Amino acid sequence: MRELFRRQPRFTHQIAGEDDTRQSVPDDLWVKCPTCGELTYHKEHLRSLRVCQRCGHHFRLSAVERIDILADEDSFEEWDAEITTADPLDFTVEGESYLDKAAGTVIRTGIRESLLSGMIQIDGRSVATVVTDFAFMGASMGSVYGEKLARACERAVDESMPLLTISASGGARMQEGLFSLMQMAKTTAALTRIGNARLPHISLLTDPCYGGVTASYATVADVILAEPGALIGFAGPRVIEQITRQKLPPGFQTAEFLLEHGMIDLVVPRSNLVTTLSSLFDLYAGVRPVRRTSRRKLVESLDSTETVVPVGQLTGPATARRIDGA
Amino acid sequence: MVRETQLITALSPWDRVQLARQAGRPHTQAYIRGLCDEFVELHGDRMSGDDLALIGGLGRFRGRTVMIVGHQKGETTKENIERNFGMPRPRGYRKALRLMRQAEKFYVPVLSFIDTPGADPGLASEEGGQAFAIADSIFTMTDLATPIIAVVIGEGGSGGALAIGVADRVLMLENAIYSVASPEASAAILWKDTTRAPEAAASLRVNADDLLAFGLIDEVIREEPPAHEDPAHTITVVGDAIARHLAEIDEFWRPGTAGERVLLESRYAKYRAMGRWSDSTFMVPTNGNL
Repeated sequence: MRELFRRQPRFTHQIAGEDDTRQSVPDDLWVKCPTCGELTYHKEHLRSLRVCQRCGHHFRLSAVERIDILADEDSFEEWDAEITTADPLDFTVEGESYLDKAAGTVIRTGIRESLLSGMIQIDGRSVATVVTDFAFMGASMGSVYGEKLARACERAVDESMPLLTISASGGARMQEGLFSLMQMAKTTAALTRIGNARLPHISLLTDPCYGGVTASYATVADVILAEPGALIGFAGPRVIEQITRQKLPPGFQTAEFLLEHGMIDLVVPRSNLVTTLSSLFDLYAGVRPVRRTSRRKLVESLDSTETVVPVGQLTGPATARRIDGA
Repeated sequence: MVRETQLITALSPWDRVQLARQAGRPHTQAYIRGLCDEFVELHGDRMSGDDLALIGGLGRFRGRTVMIVGHQKGETTKENIERNFGMPRPRGYRKALRLMRQAEKFYVPVLSFIDTPGADPGLASEEGGQAFAIADSIFTMTDLATPIIAVVIGEGGSGGALAIGVADRVLMLENAIYSVASPEASAAILWKDTTRAPEAAASLRVNADDLLAFGLIDEVIREEPPAHEDPAHTITVVGDAIARHLAEIDEFWRPGTAGERVLLESRYAKYRAMGRWSDSTFMVPTNGNL
C-alpha cells in the first residue's frame, strides 16, 4: 500500500513571475472553503493539495501546481514554450485588441498560453503531459492550445510515451473564430496517431470543463478520470436554463453525475491521483509487447514475432477506434 | 443583373447570417430529393432512438451509391418543433456515426450537409453524453477510410456542425455561415449581450469568403441568385461541385490500395495545418520575469 501523502506539493517551479498572487500568498493567510466555509491555514491547505479537509472540496489548481503534485521532483521538461498567441482575425473588442488582452494575461498569470505541454515522470515512468490553466482566458482552446497538443501527441508517438491530458476549459476561444473550432478536429486527429501506436491516452477532467474541449480530444480517451465535484458538460448550466427553461437537478454535470450516467471511468480524489495514474500506466505498459521503442521499431519487432499481433491490425482505422473509442 | 451582383457583394456579415437562416432556403431533404434519383432513409442509433434533426441514408448520386448525413431544419413552425430546429441530440450524432462507419465498410463516399444552429443544449442531451457523442463522431471522421465531402448549406453552428463536418473537402455556399459559436452565443460570451450579435458576426468572420482566405474551407459555391430565390438552381450547382471533388479524389483513391492511406494522410495534414500562432517571444515583458 502506497503512502498517499508521500508527495508534498512543492510549488517551487517558477516559470511564473514572483508577484503572481496564486503562488506568493503570504504564509499567515487563511484559506476559506467556498463550499463549507471552513478556514484552513495556508500551509496546511497546500499540504492537503488544496483540498478542503472538512468537506472534500477540490480547489482549482494552476497548470504549474498540477504538474508539481503529479510529477516526480524536477522531472518536468517543458515542450514548445515558444509557441505563443497570434491574432488571425485582427480581433478588437471595446478598443482592446486580442493581442493586448493576451499579453496582459501573460503578465498576470506568468504563463504564456492556456496550455502547458511537456514530459513528466510519474513514479519514474515518462509521460507526455498537457495541462491547461483556467486562469489564462478560461483555458480556452485556440490555435496555440491545438498546436501544442498536436505536437505533444506526435512527440509521444516518436518517443513511445503514453499521453496524459489534464483539462479544464471554458471551451473554444472566441477571439480566433473558426480557427478555434478547427482545433477540435486537429487535436482529435492527433489522437489517432496515439491509438495507432498502441499508446494509451488517459484524460483527467477537472473543474470546470465545457464546450469544445469536452466535445473533442478530452473525451476520446482509453480512460477518463475526473476530480470529485468537477463540473463537466457540453453546454453550461446558465445556457441550458436560459434556452430550455428547464430546472436542473442537484448535482447536475458533476463528475459523480457523469459517472452515474456511464460517461467516465472513475472519480479520483486528488490525494489518490498519483497512485491511480501510476497503476494505470503500469498496466498499459504490461499489455505492450515492446516498450520504449519508436513505432517503426515496434512494427518491425511485431513483424518478426507475428504471433503477438498481426501487423495488418496495427494500422487500420477500425483497430484504432477499438482502442481509443470513447 | 450587374446591379444585383453589386448588391450581393455589399452584404454585411449580419445580412449573410439572415440569408443563411432565410425561410425558403433549401435544407438537406431538398438536396437529397434534387441530387439523388434513389434514396432510402435509415433511422436510429441502435441504442436510444431516432433523431429527426439529423437525417441520413443511402442514395444514388449521379450513378454511384453514396451515404448521406445532414442536419434537417423544418419548413414550418410545427415541423421545426418536431425537428428541434435542426439541433441534434446525442442519438442523432450516434446515428450519423453508425452510417459513416457503414459507408467505410462498403467503401461508399459520405456526403454531409451542414445546417444547424448548434447541438441541442438540453438537460436530456447532457445526460445522454452530448459532448461524448460529438467527440466520437469527430474522432471517427478524422480516420474514416472513405472519401468525405461536406457542404455548409446554411448555418454551420459550432461543435454541432463540426461533428459531421470533418471532411476531405469542405464546400460552403456563398451566403452560408460557419462559426465557432452562433453570433448570439458569441455576443453573450464576449459582452454578455445577445443584441450585439451583428457585431459578433462581423468580428468572428463567419462568412464563406473570409473562411476560404483563411484556408479553413476548400471552396465557396456562388449563389446567383441567393439560394432561397432559386433552390433548384442552387441544388444543381452544389451537385456539380460535389461531383467535381469526388472525381478529383477518385484519381488517387481506390478502396484497399495505397490510395486509401493517401486519402487519410491528406486529411490529417489538412487539419494538422489549421491554426495561426507566433513563434517569437514577442510577449515577454521587459522586466525579465519570464
